[in-house]
Amino acid sequence: MTKMHIGNVADIDHKGSRTLKVNGLEIALFRLSDGEVLAVENKCPHKGGTLSEGMVCGSKVHCPLHDWRIDLHTGKVEEPDTGCVPTFEVEVDPATGAVYLTV
Amino acid sequence: MTLSRKKLVLVGNGMAGVRAIEHLLKLAPDAYEITIFGAEPHPNYNRIMLSSVLAGGTDLSEIVINDYEWYRSHNITLYTGHKIESIDTVNNKVRSDLGVETVYDELILATGSDPFMLPLPGADKEGVIAFRDIKDCQIMMETSKTYKKALVIGGGLLGLEAARGLLHLGMEVSVVHIHHYIMERQLDQEAAVMLQRELEAQGMKFLLSKQSEAILGKKRVKSLLFADGSSAEADLIVMAVGIRPNTALAQKSGIAVGRGIVVNDYMETNIPGVYAIGECAEHRGIAYGLVAPLYEQGAVLAKRLADVQGQGYEGSVTSTKLKVSGVDVFSAGQYDEPAGSRALRYQDEIGGVYKKLVISEDKLIGAVLFGDTADGAQLFSLIKSGESIQGKERSLLLGLPDDALKASPSARLEAMADDEIICGCNGVSKGAIAEAITVGGCTSVGQIKACTKASASCGGCKPLVEGLLELYAGDAAVKVKEGICGCTTLGRDEIVAEIKRMELKTVKEVMNVLEWSTEEGCSKCRPSLNYYLGMLWPEEYVDEKESRITNERYHANIQKDGTFSVVPRIYGGVTSPGELKKIAEVAEKFDVPMVKFTGGQRLDLLGVKKEDLPKIWEELDMPSGHAYGKTLRTVKTCVGSTFCRFGTQDSIAMGIRLEKEFERLNTPAKVKLAVSGCPRNCAEATIKDFGVVAIDGGWELHVGGNGGVHVRATDLLCVVKTEDEVVEWASAFLQYYRENASWNERTSNWVERVGLDSIKAALDNREDRLALGQRIQTALSVTTDPWKQIVAERELRKNFEPISPIETA
Repeated sequence: MTKMHIGNVADIDHKGSRTLKVNGLEIALFRLSDGEVLAVENKCPHKGGTLSEGMVCGSKVHCPLHDWRIDLHTGKVEEPDTGCVPTFEVEVDPATGAVYLTV
Repeated sequence: MTLSRKKLVLVGNGMAGVRAIEHLLKLAPDAYEITIFGAEPHPNYNRIMLSSVLAGGTDLSEIVINDYEWYRSHNITLYTGHKIESIDTVNNKVRSDLGVETVYDELILATGSDPFMLPLPGADKEGVIAFRDIKDCQIMMETSKTYKKALVIGGGLLGLEAARGLLHLGMEVSVVHIHHYIMERQLDQEAAVMLQRELEAQGMKFLLSKQSEAILGKKRVKSLLFADGSSAEADLIVMAVGIRPNTALAQKSGIAVGRGIVVNDYMETNIPGVYAIGECAEHRGIAYGLVAPLYEQGAVLAKRLADVQGQGYEGSVTSTKLKVSGVDVFSAGQYDEPAGSRALRYQDEIGGVYKKLVISEDKLIGAVLFGDTADGAQLFSLIKSGESIQGKERSLLLGLPDDALKASPSARLEAMADDEIICGCNGVSKGAIAEAITVGGCTSVGQIKACTKASASCGGCKPLVEGLLELYAGDAAVKVKEGICGCTTLGRDEIVAEIKRMELKTVKEVMNVLEWSTEEGCSKCRPSLNYYLGMLWPEEYVDEKESRITNERYHANIQKDGTFSVVPRIYGGVTSPGELKKIAEVAEKFDVPMVKFTGGQRLDLLGVKKEDLPKIWEELDMPSGHAYGKTLRTVKTCVGSTFCRFGTQDSIAMGIRLEKEFERLNTPAKVKLAVSGCPRNCAEATIKDFGVVAIDGGWELHVGGNGGVHVRATDLLCVVKTEDEVVEWASAFLQYYRENASWNERTSNWVERVGLDSIKAALDNREDRLALGQRIQTALSVTTDPWKQIVAERELRKNFEPISPIETA
């Protein structure tokens, strides 16, 4: 497990996302409307869709390929579909807005 | 893992066995510790799709039903490449050929069938195979690279599928068949001859009434010798003469075997705790080789293992609905006219349609359909129910007359077979929907959607789902007012009226005031509201890019591998050497994997990485073609009077003018235009949202056409004299559509919903047309080219680029 300083919260739009590659793994970082930043593997368990390009609604993202819904807190796929996406720990320094990701 | 769980072992990792396990996991997820043995070195895959793999267009990886991850996530121990050699029914143990031994409390045998290999001399030569599994497919693909001549022994369904696949791989194929016509088990001679003609036109050859005698050659096959002394050359021989239940393991383990492994209505064999399902099982004397019965058996067994009370399996009446090489064929019941029966036939050699009903007394006992199988499900249910069809024979043969259809849509739904697919997007059958209602207790379309995914994608099947709800739930069906999505009960018109009345100005405000049930909506209502607000308040509403669908947020079409495609604007389909050079240079510079002409006279650069999009747009320096948006796509044109000897008007100039007039316009759904220079209509204007066809001295204006999901020809709106009038009418029509259609509703559906007359009435008066034209100008005035904007603005451009970490903390 490594903790990395990856940038500032301002780098990600509200209800938007950015991606980054760590050791060949692509991770999608999302910033919810309330400012919370969450990270999951950028790969829908259905057909491997890039979740970073999906629409963020509340704390869920809709996969752009077939509209599967994934809970960004737990990585769990919503009913009636099934599956799970790996999640990663993110910390945001409230004073500076620095974002730290643990992989 | 708890120790108290019973041990369940499944022998056979195919469609029937794993389907039963899937079902069991739903009913009793923690009841068993499950181990699965499969002889093939693959996870569970869809054997039926092997033909599609051979026929191209489907990749081997795409036919996997459950990948390794599925087994892991359900804690299933999977042994692939292991063949079970022995079952010890005294000590409840199975042992594989690789020495793995597993104890069971309950054992399921789902060993499927083996292809039947003709015991011909020389059948052991290289280049003689069956058509049964992935390995066979791979051999065919390999062989086709170096050899040319293939023979398929067996003119049944399997043989024809194999032959079609080999044709596709570029081999010369002859089908050898012992009978004097093909597919005699599913078709009568008339239909078989029509099918043969169709296949011959595709390049297949046939050797009928030929009994294979011996396979000749040294190490590899060279030719096939027939009983009549003739022979045929071959580099590859595929035997597809039939399958037989794989019962060897059961037989040597003391389990009762007939044709297949003998089971009762609960799929139990004669040994307690041992079950059999699928092609290896024999139920009431029948071993089935089709998917639907196997799935039914799986459901019965799953209930049994989960201790859920349920009906036993009572056997299936089967029908064959095949798509052999693009030809629809259906047959059911006793189609070969047994003694005492009468037949009604309809044969249309020109249209390639053949229908036959076999009637005994006043009941339908069999049917064959060729070329038009739409009534298959209905005929099949009449055969099963055995009701009298007296007086209805002709209408059944010719398809029901319109008024009868209108009289009882529910009867047609009732008549539909359970395995008939209702929702094509998500593969949901009528049976699954019926079960969701009767067993799952769903009482609204919304609940059915959440439970089965039926109508959750394109929504085209919603009327059928509603009909089934009415049929199975009756009065219990809750008439929930269906909103535009699951977040609201309000329909489109109510929402738009409320936005206007209360002057709501943002998506968030609409959701709050109109009491949305979710905090931030979903991928259906967010883009809808964003569109309605932009349409109602064009000059003050700030477009919410986070509420746009993916393609519109990235101004490119997302492809299945996460790359994108780039289509620059090419007005009216007219380009220049300079422009082509520029596109070519950009494609080379960025190593674009594919450059393709679109259906709309433009060039598509496919397989572009997200981070390259802004760079490519910058280099191209061309406007966006909006090939990804709910907006004006392309204006297709023919050559017109500029060059064409038939052209009555300058269709190219007209098309370019229209494209420049309306590019970037936000519309409820994509809008396609076309302009043809004469009534020959080479630009296919009569299947466009707005189509213009030149006539001598004027222009016909057509609306509401569609060449996509629901093909629809346009209706004639009016005929005008000048180019300015064409633009005036197009402006008025498009703005009226923008103001009145639902988001994601194409003009074809909209015209049908509101009726052409209401549109004609709204556009009839020139003052009204000009007022609509004014409003469309306002909407257009605030648009900018998205590619240029993203290239120029760092804040927008950053979203296309990955983050580079700063440091390890």
